[in-house]
Amino acid sequence: MAKAIREVYGTVLAELGNDNENIVVLDADLSGSTKSAIFGKAHPDRFFNMGIAEQNMVATAAGMSTVGKIPFVNTFTVFLTSLGLISARDQICYANLNVKFGGAYCGMSDALDGASHHATEDIAIMRALPNMRVIVPSDANSTRWATKFAAETYGPFYLRLSRDVYPDLYAEDACFELGKGAVVREGSDLTVIACGIMVHKAIEAARLLEKKGVSVRVVDMYSIKPIDAELIVRCARETGAIVCAEEHNIFGGLGSAVAEVLAHNACGVPTEFVGIQDVFTESAPYGELLHKYGLDAEAVCAAAEKVLARK
Amino acid sequence: MALTAERIAELNELCRRFRIDVLTAIHGAQSGHPGGSLSVCEILTYLYQEHMNLSAENPADPDRDRLVLSKGHAAPMLYRNLAEKGFFPVERMSTLRRMGGLAGHPNLHCPGVEMPGGPLGQGFPAAQGMAMALKLNASPAKVYAILGDGELNEGVIWETAMSAAKFKLDNLIAVVDYNKVQLDGTTDEIMPLGDLAAKWESFGWTVLECDGHDIEALDFCISVADGAVGAPTVVIANTVKGKGVSFMEGKNTWHGKAIDDESFKIAMEELGGSVNG
Repeated sequence: MAKAIREVYGTVLAELGNDNENIVVLDADLSGSTKSAIFGKAHPDRFFNMGIAEQNMVATAAGMSTVGKIPFVNTFTVFLTSLGLISARDQICYANLNVKFGGAYCGMSDALDGASHHATEDIAIMRALPNMRVIVPSDANSTRWATKFAAETYGPFYLRLSRDVYPDLYAEDACFELGKGAVVREGSDLTVIACGIMVHKAIEAARLLEKKGVSVRVVDMYSIKPIDAELIVRCARETGAIVCAEEHNIFGGLGSAVAEVLAHNACGVPTEFVGIQDVFTESAPYGELLHKYGLDAEAVCAAAEKVLARK
Repeated sequence: MALTAERIAELNELCRRFRIDVLTAIHGAQSGHPGGSLSVCEILTYLYQEHMNLSAENPADPDRDRLVLSKGHAAPMLYRNLAEKGFFPVERMSTLRRMGGLAGHPNLHCPGVEMPGGPLGQGFPAAQGMAMALKLNASPAKVYAILGDGELNEGVIWETAMSAAKFKLDNLIAVVDYNKVQLDGTTDEIMPLGDLAAKWESFGWTVLECDGHDIEALDFCISVADGAVGAPTVVIANTVKGKGVSFMEGKNTWHGKAIDDESFKIAMEELGGSVNG
């Protein structure tokens, strides 16, 4: 099975709203796209369309949280993490307020709209904010967990959500934990540490490499901040090589977070970074973009071969 | 109920003392914003010491009135008012801008502060969010957002002006400290505000205007604003930057400047204070 991540998010939000009347949802005139409209339909009195005014929306949520509400703010994440950043930083994170950021259309998933609508630096921005927790779901069940966990756990959360359909990766009863990653495929020659759509590409790459006799471990690092340092170090020691893979600029995102852990723990294993190579992207069908910007299974395979040659 | 002449005199005397204490703190820190702290003195003092339903004994009261100092650089006058309300000892004013002390701009480490301030414009939508949440809770509490006039240059102010009218936030009261001077010059020189009352009116707000140093006038306008139904109210409070110290009045150079010893001495003489605190 495969499900549209945004649909899952909107549906879970609406369900959470049934049980907790403090949950309020704000959107900046994109609720039909972000799927926060599903909540809006179920709970119209607690849904606020703020118009195309992201700065206003995020700071409004900051104020609501001080009165005991649990606001989820929603728009395309490229706008949420830029226009919404001043309140995220100076109000919500500074005062550790209970606001949740639903960053829709992450990476290049709003493919045809082009570079202006692609979010390729949002992880770097959000993980640099003290008190902010950063989660990147990789399928329907991890999206369900992340949304529920953010609602039930005090403090700022950033959920990086795709417009796209992701295949199922986890069982319905799978356990997730903040600050943990999951080994989704065992292997011994190298580890691909990925998030979001790149977990699926990494699994595809591992299957291709298996045919060549290479055993690839795949880690879904869905919790980017806090990050699972213990798992990263263990993978480095057990497999001796790391490939990081993310739908994000190679600077500042998951790869940087992993490299920080490796450096801090003096792991010194060969490491390669699959991601957008510090360029602006363009308008095209999603699959073509993923191929052109080096975010498909072939790119992961190429990075794996490079990193193995350095072992 | 109208204020008695005696109460007005008491509040004016508090304002005189607060001006002395605030300038003493800014002089002690050798850094800060004297001009805008002095212009907003009566507005904050009236709201905190006379008007708002707020108590340091029950600071988390869900039905307390809220005040958001969106022009966060006037923090010293906010701090002096919070100290008077009993949120912390007035002696803490001497820790202004020092390690472990009162921050240059308000943050939640300071008891009584409802929202961090500093980046101009952002306090206003946060106050709006409080008003929206209070309405959901059917709370009788009011939210007062204190805006600077230079701050009105920020686009987000007008985003909030639109949305607060859309959501019919009659529990939200904006007060503009209209001192007509910002950091680099007068508001007319830097970014003309035009017909300010007409601007707010066209956004769907009820507009009241008064002398922002006149306690009785503030009492009248804020009380009218409290009774609003179906629309938010803005009080355009005409003030003087640096009010109370002759050489600071109307001068942008005193927006954010350390007070030298000689100027401090003259200011204290004019306000009837002492250079020794």
